[in-house]
Amino acid sequence: MFSYILKRIAIAIPTLLVLIVISFVLMHAAPGGPFTAERELPPEVMANLNAKYGLDDPLWKQIGTYVWNIVSAFDFGPSFVYKDRTVNEIIAQGFPITLTYGLISFVLAVLVGVTLGVAAAIRHNSMLDYIAVGMSIGAQVLPNFVMAPILVLVFTLWLGWLPGGGWQGPEYWILPVIALSTSFMASIARITRSSMLEVLTSNHIRTARAKGLPERRVILRHALKPAMLPVISYLGPAFVAMITGSVVVDIYFSTGGIGKAFVDSALNRDYAVMMGVTILVGALTIFFNLVVDILYGWIDPKIRY
Amino acid sequence: MVSTRENTVSAQALPAKGRSPWADARRRFFRNKAAMMGLVILVFVALFAIFGGYAAQWSNEELDYNVMGQVAELGGPSFETGHYFGTDDLGRDLFARTVQGTQISLAVGVVGAIIACVVGTLYGATAGYAGGRIDGLMMRLVDIFMAVPYMFVLILLLVMYGRSITILFVGIGLISWMEMARIVRGQTLSLKGREFVEAARATGVAAPVIILRHIVPNLMGVIAVYVTLLVPLMILTESFISFLGLGIQEPLTSLGALISEGAGTIAYGTTWQLGFPLLFFCLTLFGFFFVGDGLRDALDPKDR
Amino acid sequence: MPLLQIKDLSVTFDGDDGTVHAVNNLSLSIDKGQTLGIVGESGSGKSQTAFSIMGLLAKNGRTDGSILFDGQEILGASTKVLNTLRARRIAMIFQDPMTSLNPYMRISEQMTEVLTLHNGMSKRDALTECTRMLDAVKIPAAKERIRLYPHEFSGGMRQRVMIAMSLLCKPDLLIADEPTTALDVTVQAQIMDLLSDLQREFGMATILITHDLGVVAGFCEQVLVMYGGRVMEQAPTDPLFAQPSHPYTRGLLAAVPRVDDDDAIMKSIPGNPPNMADPPEGCPFRPRCTFAGEDCRTMPPLALFAGDRARACRRPIEELTA
Repeated sequence: MFSYILKRIAIAIPTLLVLIVISFVLMHAAPGGPFTAERELPPEVMANLNAKYGLDDPLWKQIGTYVWNIVSAFDFGPSFVYKDRTVNEIIAQGFPITLTYGLISFVLAVLVGVTLGVAAAIRHNSMLDYIAVGMSIGAQVLPNFVMAPILVLVFTLWLGWLPGGGWQGPEYWILPVIALSTSFMASIARITRSSMLEVLTSNHIRTARAKGLPERRVILRHALKPAMLPVISYLGPAFVAMITGSVVVDIYFSTGGIGKAFVDSALNRDYAVMMGVTILVGALTIFFNLVVDILYGWIDPKIRY
Repeated sequence: MVSTRENTVSAQALPAKGRSPWADARRRFFRNKAAMMGLVILVFVALFAIFGGYAAQWSNEELDYNVMGQVAELGGPSFETGHYFGTDDLGRDLFARTVQGTQISLAVGVVGAIIACVVGTLYGATAGYAGGRIDGLMMRLVDIFMAVPYMFVLILLLVMYGRSITILFVGIGLISWMEMARIVRGQTLSLKGREFVEAARATGVAAPVIILRHIVPNLMGVIAVYVTLLVPLMILTESFISFLGLGIQEPLTSLGALISEGAGTIAYGTTWQLGFPLLFFCLTLFGFFFVGDGLRDALDPKDR
Repeated sequence: MPLLQIKDLSVTFDGDDGTVHAVNNLSLSIDKGQTLGIVGESGSGKSQTAFSIMGLLAKNGRTDGSILFDGQEILGASTKVLNTLRARRIAMIFQDPMTSLNPYMRISEQMTEVLTLHNGMSKRDALTECTRMLDAVKIPAAKERIRLYPHEFSGGMRQRVMIAMSLLCKPDLLIADEPTTALDVTVQAQIMDLLSDLQREFGMATILITHDLGVVAGFCEQVLVMYGGRVMEQAPTDPLFAQPSHPYTRGLLAAVPRVDDDDAIMKSIPGNPPNMADPPEGCPFRPRCTFAGEDCRTMPPLALFAGDRARACRRPIEELTA
C-alpha cells in the first residue's frame, strides 16, 4: 500500500511540472510575446517582470526561475495589469470563497448522489427508481450555467426567498451550491445506480444471499464497496468539472471567488494571473486524483502492490 | 449495466438465430423509445437550424427601432411584430438569432467531436497496436493530459491567440480526445490478437495500413457511439465558454452566448430572452444524449 | 418424511424473446444423508432448480409447484424465512469459485460473518472455527491464509474455501452446482474426493448438479437426468449406468470418454439443445432423438418401473438397447 502511494506521488509530481512548463511555454509563444502586450505596461511592473523572470535570459532559465519561485516560495509573481498587486494576493482573496461553496457542493453531490443511486438500485423499477432516473436525465442538460439563471429567476425574482448574488452569509451560499452541485449529483446518482445494479447481479452477491445474510448486510457490506469503484473513478473528472463550473458561479452570483479573477484576467490579458490560477487548479486536480487513486487502492485489494 | 433479465436468458443458452450484428443493433435501436424520441428531437432541431432562417421575418442583424428602448414592454414574442421569439436586448429578432445560434452550436459540436474522434482514434489505435513500452508511454501521457484543467487552458489559448472561431472549434476538439483514445486503445488491444490482424501482419502489411484498414473499420460501432455522446459535451463546452463571454464573438452567436445574454437581462422581466435559447439548448442536448445512449445499448449491449 | 420434496416445480422467465420455460413439472425427493446427482446439458434447467430451492432465482423468474424442506413450504417463502434456513440448514456451492467469493473482502471476514450471524459466535471464536474448517478442507497454512483475499488463492483453493464456508453451520442439505466445472481436470478429482470425504464425515444430504456423468458415478446414489427443463429419467446410479432407459441418457453415456475400452467410439448427440423460449412440442428431446415417432409429439409421463426407477419415454427399453 505504501509503495503504491509512493508510486502515485512519483507520477503526480512530474505531471504538475509538465503542466507548469506547458502553460509557461504557451504563454511565451503567444503572438507578440506575453510580456510585450499591445498595451504599455506600467514601468514598475515591467521592472518587476524583468527581475522576476529575467526576461533577457534564455527560455529554459526563465522557466526554471518561474518553477523555482512557485515550488520554493509559492510565489506566482506580480500581476501584469495591476502594478500594486501580486498574483498571490489576487488568488488569496478569492480562493477561500470558492473553496467554501465548492467543498459544500462536492460533499453534497456525493452524499445525495450515492444515496439516491443506491436507493434507486435497490428498488429497481419502482417509482423511486423512475424519479431518480428522470431527475438524472433532466440534470444532464442543466449544467451550472443553465441552473444559475433559472435559480435566480425562480428563487430571487419570482419567489424572493433567496439573494441572487453576493457573499455575506450562509443564505448567500444556497443558490451557488445548488447551481454547482445539481448536475454532478445527478451523474453520481446515475453511475451509482447502474453500478449497484450490476454488482447486485454478480455471483458473489448471490453467495452472500445464499449465506442467509440479511438484505441490509448484503447491500452495505458486500455490494456497496465494489459499487463505489466507478463512482470513485468519476470523482476525479467531476472535481475538475466542478472547479471549472465555479467560474460560472463566481461570475453569475458575484461571489467574489477565484473564477471572477480568472475571467477578469482573461479579458484583461493578465497572463500572470491566468497562469497562476491555471497552475493552482492543476495542482489541486493532481492532488485530488492522488487521493482518488489511494481511495481506489484501499477498496480494491487487487491493486495493492 | 447487465439487467437480471439478460442474465437469465443468456444462462438458458439460446441458440443463435443467425441475425447479423448490425441488423440486430438496428432492431434494438429502433425498439428503444427514448432513442427514437431523441432522433425525432434531433431532426426537429436540425430542420430548425437549416430552414428556420426562411421562416424568419427579420434578419439576425436588423435592429427593430420600434421596440428599441422598450424591449421589456414591446419586444415580447408576438406574431404581429414578426418576432416569434421576441427580440433581444438591442431589438434584434430573437428567432433569427436562435436559428443562427443553433447552427453554430451544432457546428461546433459536430466539428469538435469529429476532431476529438479522429485524434483519439488514431492515437488510441496506434498505442494499442504498438503495445509494450510505446503503449505505456502514450497512455501515461494521456493520464497526464487528463489531469490538466482543460477549460482553463482552452481559455488561456483563446485569450493568447485571439478569440477566433477556428481556435474555438479546434481547441474544443483537441481537449476532448483523451477518453476516446483510451476506449479505442482497449478495443485495439483485443482486436490485435484476432486472426485477420495476425494474417495481415504475417503477410507483411505495414503497421499504419493495418491500423487504418483492419483495426479502425472494426471499431466503427464504438466510434459512432462515442462521437454521438461527444457532440453534446462539445456543445456544453462551447456554451460554457460563450456564457463567460470568452467564446463566440458578435455578430456571430451561439446558444451559450444567447443564454448568457438572456441570463443577464432576466431582472428586467424579459424572460423569453433566456427561455427560447435555453429550450433549444436543452432539446439539442437531450436529443444527442438519448440517441447516443440508444446507440450504445444497441451496439454494445454488454456495456450498459 | 423426506428431507426435501419438490413437487411439480415449474420455473419460467419473462424475457425479450418471450417466456422461457426453464423447468417444467419437476418432482424429486431426497432423504437425510442421501446423495442425488442432477445431470443435464447447460440450459436443461438444473441450476434453476437449485436456485428455486435456495430462493435465489433472478427477479423476473416465476415459480409454480411446491418445495417442502423438512415439511415446511419454502417455494415463494419470504427472504426472512429463507434466511433462517440458508447456510444453517441448506448450503450451496457455486460453479465459478473465481467470482463466487467477494473479491473485496478477506476470506476471514466472509467466513466469520456466517458464524457470528447464525450461531451468535464472538468474532474470535468464529475465526478459530473457520480456521479449523479451512484445515478440514485441506488448505495448507490456514491460519495465515485466512487473512488473504480471494484473488490470492488458486481456483481449486478458492473452491475449497467455498466448501469450507458452506459447511460452517453443518447444514442438512448441501447443493453443489457444478462445483468442478471451472477447474483444471487434475484439481477436479481432488475437489470431488474432498466433497465425498466431507459428505461421509458430516453426513449431510447432497445434491450434485453436473453435466459430467463420470462425476456422478463416483459420488451419487441416485441420478436424475434432465433435458429441456424436464426429467427424462431417474434411477439409482448403478442400474442407470448398466441399462439406461431413455434415449437421451444413452446419448450422454455414449459421449463419456472411456478409458477401459480403446475401441469404443465417443459419440456426440447430433443437434443442439432446444430453445427454451420456443420449446419443441411434446418431448423436448424429440428433434434429436433417433427413436422419435409421431406419438412423441405429446410429452410421455414419467412412469415408474422396476420398483425404484422412472423414465419419460414410450419406447420399450429393449428397443433402445438393440
